[in-house]
Amino acid sequence: MPDTPVLELEHVTVQFGGVVAVDSLNLTIQSGEIVALIGPNGAGKTTAFNAITGVYKPTNGCIRFKGDILEENYPQGKMRKLYRGHDNGHYHERLERTPDEICRLGIARTFQNIRLFKQLTVFENVLIAYHSHIQASIFASTFRLNHREERQMRDGAMALLDLVGLADLAQEKADNLPYGKQRHLEIARALATKPELLLLDEPAAGMNPQETDELTNFIYDMKDQFKLTIFMIEHHMNLVMDISDRIYVVDFGKRIADGRPEEIQSNPAVISAYLGVQA
Amino acid sequence: MPLNKHRKLSPVLSLAALILLLVLLIILEQHQSSNRMAVAVLQKGAILAVAAVAMNLPNGFTGIFSLGMAGFMSIGAYITAILTIPTDTIESVYYISGVAGWVMNLKRALDVLPQPLLVLVALLIGGLIAALFAFLIGIPVLRFKSDYLAIATLGFSEIIRALVASPQLDRVTNGSYGLKNIPGFATASGSGVLLIPFAIAAVCIFIMILVINSSYGRAFKAIREDDIAAEAMGINLLKHKELSFVISSFFTAISGGMLAMYMRSIDSKTFQVALTYDILLIVVIGGMGSVTGSIISAFLITAAKEWWLRFFDQTLYIGNWQVPLLRTGFRMVVFSILLMVVVLFYRRGLMGDREFSWEDILGLPQRWRHRRVAIAAAKAEAAAPKDGGQNDA
Ligand SMILES: Nc1ncnc2c1ncn2[C@@H]1O[C@H](COP(=O)(O)OP(=O)(O)OP(=O)(O)O)[C@@H](O)[C@H]1O
Ligand SMILES: [Mg+2]
Repeated sequence: MPDTPVLELEHVTVQFGGVVAVDSLNLTIQSGEIVALIGPNGAGKTTAFNAITGVYKPTNGCIRFKGDILEENYPQGKMRKLYRGHDNGHYHERLERTPDEICRLGIARTFQNIRLFKQLTVFENVLIAYHSHIQASIFASTFRLNHREERQMRDGAMALLDLVGLADLAQEKADNLPYGKQRHLEIARALATKPELLLLDEPAAGMNPQETDELTNFIYDMKDQFKLTIFMIEHHMNLVMDISDRIYVVDFGKRIADGRPEEIQSNPAVISAYLGVQA
Repeated sequence: MPLNKHRKLSPVLSLAALILLLVLLIILEQHQSSNRMAVAVLQKGAILAVAAVAMNLPNGFTGIFSLGMAGFMSIGAYITAILTIPTDTIESVYYISGVAGWVMNLKRALDVLPQPLLVLVALLIGGLIAALFAFLIGIPVLRFKSDYLAIATLGFSEIIRALVASPQLDRVTNGSYGLKNIPGFATASGSGVLLIPFAIAAVCIFIMILVINSSYGRAFKAIREDDIAAEAMGINLLKHKELSFVISSFFTAISGGMLAMYMRSIDSKTFQVALTYDILLIVVIGGMGSVTGSIISAFLITAAKEWWLRFFDQTLYIGNWQVPLLRTGFRMVVFSILLMVVVLFYRRGLMGDREFSWEDILGLPQRWRHRRVAIAAAKAEAAAPKDGGQNDA
C-alpha cells in the first residue's frame, strides 16, 4: 500500500460572488516533500492556502489531511445558480472546520503580509502558539496549578527561539524586529504549534538575495529538525527551483502545470503564463 | 548594574508600600468621622478599580468591545442587596407590595450564615448569575465583529434596568422604589469600612491579574493583537472571547455588589448607561491594557470628581465681589476640561498598555541624566560648524 498523502485537494473551488479565485484545483503532497505553489499575481494561491487552513470554506470539493476529510463542500443556496467552477456535482457532504481546529490537527501557516502579535515580545509570540495544545483549564492555569505545563511551554519556547537564532531578541517587541527576522519569527511561531504540514505564504517576499539564501537554509534545517512537509507559495524563482521537490503552477485559479523544477522551467505553458511575465 | 539593584529593590518597595497603605487605611478608619470625604472616596475608588480592571479585561486585553458594565453591576448589586438586607427589617423595605415568598425562604435559609460570610456568598452568587448571563449573550454575539457585542451588551444593560424597575418584579426588586437598609462594609464594631472593601477589591484584582498573566491571558492578548493570526495559531476565538467576557462580567457584578454596600440604597436609576461610561472613562484615562493604569485612574478620577474639585461648586466671595463661574455644577465643567487635557497629552491613557513598576520609577533619574547628556551632545554637535545643519537640539 502506498503512503497516504499528507495533503490532497480534490476539485477544490473557491468562488467569491462571481469571481472564481480557485478553480477545481487538484493536488497531492506526500510526507516529507517540499512543494511549491507558483503563479502570477492574483492567480489564487493565497486563496488556496486560506481554503486549506479554514479561513475560507471551499465552495466545492474536498480537502484531505493524512487521508481524513478535513473539509468538504458543494455549491449550496445562492451558489447553486452562481457556481462557475469547472467541476460540479461530485460532492454531497458538507464538513467545515475552523482555522484553530485545523491548526491543532497539525497544519500551521505563515502569512503573506506578516501577521505577528506586534506589541508582544518575540518570546510571547512563540509562547502563545504553545497555548493551542494546553491541557490545563483556565482555572488551573490562573491559579498556576499547571506550573509543570507552563514551565514546559516556556522552556519549549525558549529552546525554539534558540534554534531559530532569535534567543537574544526574546524580550524585544515583535514590531521592532527587522523585516527578515520578523519572517523568521513567524515561521518559529508556526513551528511552536507542532505542525506536520507547514504552509508558507511567500516567506521570502521583500528579502534581498542574501536574506533569501539564509531563509533557504533555514527552511531546510527546520524541515529536518521537525520532520515537516512543506507547502509554500513563492515568487523568488531561484529559491523555488532550489528548494522544491515538486512545483504546482496555477493561473486564474486553475492548475496549468506540475512537475519537478526542471520540467516546470521548460514547460511552455508556464513560460507564457508566468515566467514570461517576469522576463 | 543599577538596573539589577532596582530589580532586587522592587519587592522590598512593594512590601513597604503595602504596609504603608495598610497603616494609612487603619489610621483613616480610626479617624473616619473627621475624614468622611477621604473614606468615601477611597471606598468608591476601590469599587470602581475592580469594575475598571474587569472592563479592561475584554476591552483592553482581548480586543472585544463590551459596554454592559451597568447591567452586570446591577445584577450583582440587586442580588447582594436582596440577600444581605437584614431579614427582620425587610418587610419595611418592601412596604408597598411585600416580599415574594421564595425570596423570603431563600433569605431565611441563608440567615444561618454569619454576616461576613453572608456578604461573600451574596457577592459570589451575584457574580455567578452575571457570568451566566454573559455566557448566554456571548454565544450568539461573540461570533461576529466586536461592534455587535458593544450594541448587544448596551441593550442588555438597558433591558436589565427596565426589568428591575418593572412592576412584575415588585415583590423581588421592589420595582421603582429601590432597595434600602443595605448593610455597609463596617462590622458591628464599626471597623472595616476601608479594610473590607480594599480586601475584596485586592482579591478580585489579584485574580484578574493572575488570569491576564496565565497562558489564557496571553491568548487573550494574541486575539487583541491579531485575531486572524491567533486563530491560525490554534486559539479558539469564540471560546477565549467567551472566557474573557464571562470572567469580566463576574467581577463586574462583584463590584456592583460592593457598590450597593457602599451606597446603602439603590434603585434602577443607579445603573444607567452613564455608569458604564464612567468606568469606560476610567479605563481609557488609565490606559487600555494596563491593570495598574485602571487602578490609579479609578482613584484619581473618583477623588478629582467627588472631592478635589468640590471647591468649584461653592460660591466664593472675595470681599463683596462674587467670583464668577463658581457655582453648583461648575465642578463637572472643570472635570471635563481636565479630562480633555489629559487625553490630549496622554493619547493612550496615563499608562498606555504598560504596568507600573518600581524599576521604571527608580530608573527615571538615570534616564533623565542620559537624556540631558544626549541633548547636550546634540547641542554641541549642532553648534559645531559645517555639520549639515540637520541637528535640532
Ligand atoms: N475575500 C475575497 N473576496 C473577494 N475576492 C477575493 C477575496 N480574496 C481573494 N479574492 C480574489 O481572488 C483572486 C485570487 O487572490 P489571491 O490573493 O489568492 O491571489 P495570489 O495568487 O495569492 O496573488 P499574489 O501573488 O498577489 O499574492 C484575486 O482576484 C482576488 O481579488
Ligand atoms: Mg497571495
